[in-house]
Amino acid sequence: MTVFTKLTGAAAALAVSATGALADPAIIFDLGGKFDRSFNEAAYNGAERWAEETDGSYREIELQSDAQREQAMRRLAEAGANPVVMAGFSQASSLEVVAPDYPDTTFVIIDGVVDAPNVRSVIFREEQGSYLVGMLAAMASETGTVGFVGGMDIPLISRFGCGYAQGVRAVDPDATIIQNMTGTTPAAWNDPVRGGELTRAQISQGADVVFAAAGGTGLGVLQTAEDEGIFGIGVDSNQNHLHPGSVLTSMVKRVDVAVYDAFSTPVDEIETGVHFFGLAENGVGYAVDEFNEELITEEMMAEVEAARDAIIAGEISVHNYSEDGTCPVE
Amino acid sequence: MDLSTVILLLDSSVRLATPLLLACLAGLFSERAGIIDIGLEGKLLIAAFFSASAAAYTGNVWLGLLAGVAASMVFAGLHGLASITFRGNQLISGVAINFLAAGMTVVIGESWFALGGRTPQLEGAGRFHNITLPFAEAAQGVPFIGPIYHDLISGHSILVYVGFLMVPLTWWVLFRTRFGLRLRAVGENPAAVDTAGVSVVGMRFTAVLIAGVLCGIAGAYLATGLSAGFVKDMSAGRGFIALAALIFSKWRPWYALMACLLFGLLDATGSLFQNIQVAGISVPVQFMQALPYILTVVILAGFVGKAIPPKAGGTPYVKEQ
Repeated sequence: MTVFTKLTGAAAALAVSATGALADPAIIFDLGGKFDRSFNEAAYNGAERWAEETDGSYREIELQSDAQREQAMRRLAEAGANPVVMAGFSQASSLEVVAPDYPDTTFVIIDGVVDAPNVRSVIFREEQGSYLVGMLAAMASETGTVGFVGGMDIPLISRFGCGYAQGVRAVDPDATIIQNMTGTTPAAWNDPVRGGELTRAQISQGADVVFAAAGGTGLGVLQTAEDEGIFGIGVDSNQNHLHPGSVLTSMVKRVDVAVYDAFSTPVDEIETGVHFFGLAENGVGYAVDEFNEELITEEMMAEVEAARDAIIAGEISVHNYSEDGTCPVE
Repeated sequence: MDLSTVILLLDSSVRLATPLLLACLAGLFSERAGIIDIGLEGKLLIAAFFSASAAAYTGNVWLGLLAGVAASMVFAGLHGLASITFRGNQLISGVAINFLAAGMTVVIGESWFALGGRTPQLEGAGRFHNITLPFAEAAQGVPFIGPIYHDLISGHSILVYVGFLMVPLTWWVLFRTRFGLRLRAVGENPAAVDTAGVSVVGMRFTAVLIAGVLCGIAGAYLATGLSAGFVKDMSAGRGFIALAALIFSKWRPWYALMACLLFGLLDATGSLFQNIQVAGISVPVQFMQALPYILTVVILAGFVGKAIPPKAGGTPYVKEQ
């Protein structure tokens, strides 16, 4: 009986989606997995919030390997899912191939740019948020040396690193910034052991604040930071609660809002093209909550807020690494 | 490069070499008894998962270690059952164990914790913390020896010391006891051992189970010592590198220690020196990260010489009818 109800339910759902009016949205998570406590989890939270508020349902695919990307996109598009949201820069090259084949499906890609009439590209101004946490790092540092652990040596991650470095230098022009990357394969986003080793290496070079922009690898960075009694800075999701008192702040990237917006806007009203989310749009920022409010003093807060306003007003311009592939500060 | 950098590098090498060393010794026991074990990777992984899970549930890392060792022994028993009792192909059984572990850990983890195959972060008594050896603080001021003792020898998790003590123990058991003589004989000429009235099946099972225990400790160290919880596929090929180290060392315990330390050193170098300037040109990060693997190939292809495995390795023993 239950099987029968499920079957009829499925048939009904198919019939509805065939008309195209009430198609379920879908999301494809990147290799870190949807519970990476970071980027993908933020996307997942956005989708869940939409599902709770609207009582709707959505389809999801969690990629296990690079080879599945294109196949996953085609499967969702052919099943009538609309819009299809893709979390992660690595999906851009596959989407370039797939998007023209499904002109009636709207695709939303986060962190990547695909030039097609049915694609909405969402780009976060990571350099702006990283600039602010860089300022906080420099103010919290006693040694004048801060660290950065990135996932891979790619423009997206360099954008974090470059913004961070600019923020650090804005507070302390003589500060030393140690930058390391975890690896060259997708495993680099999920290797906490190596993250911990890199952090230890940076600590031995004098770093006492380390910013991790490396997905699941960052968990190892934050863990080691707590073990060694220094500050860590989380990324993408608010990670302050992971190690209360040791995570200085988190560079939050409102991936959840981007996903939520894509899901809740009627499909034919989704604006395609490239959209930027920076400080002004509340797309990025630094997290202050009950777990780290004691670490951020009022002076620090005041200075960072002033910088935030200045960036929004255009008085401070934070260099974007992706524009020319270089960073003004080392 | 000053002393503190060298110590830092060696310190990191020791941490990274320990899981390799334990897994390598596990392979040593198994292969010396004539059972080829390419399931080291799978046993590491399953032990890492169960040790982290048990430690997360009970909050006691020793129970975690116990659970990890038990899980690894179950898999070792499976390998023994397939390749000793049923005389199956040892390579296939090993591959099966690797696949089984990779899949099971994520499925069970997802159903227990719903964290995408991850276990909760371990805290407090749920982890192996670094221990400070006696007099480490006092000796810190002594030039040269002080920093070496304080920073390099002291301040590791207890499992690191267990791993290093296993080397002389393994050597002693294999080369100085009657049990060891029989174990090696089973791997070279099982028929002779059988003639002497010793059970070949019994000896081989014992060896495989010892391998299970050692892999269990290695996996537990990975999940509860080196990091604070299990992450899917966290063994990251270490079981296979241990296998390479085993061949490199030609199935001898002291050489195994050297080989594992070398691989640990290569790994540590890759993460410590990312931005090196050679003659004014900065070496790309990618090259530094690939270096351990390049050197592995070079070493294995060029410097090992002839590695002769135990004679009866890979062939199941059939009593003459």
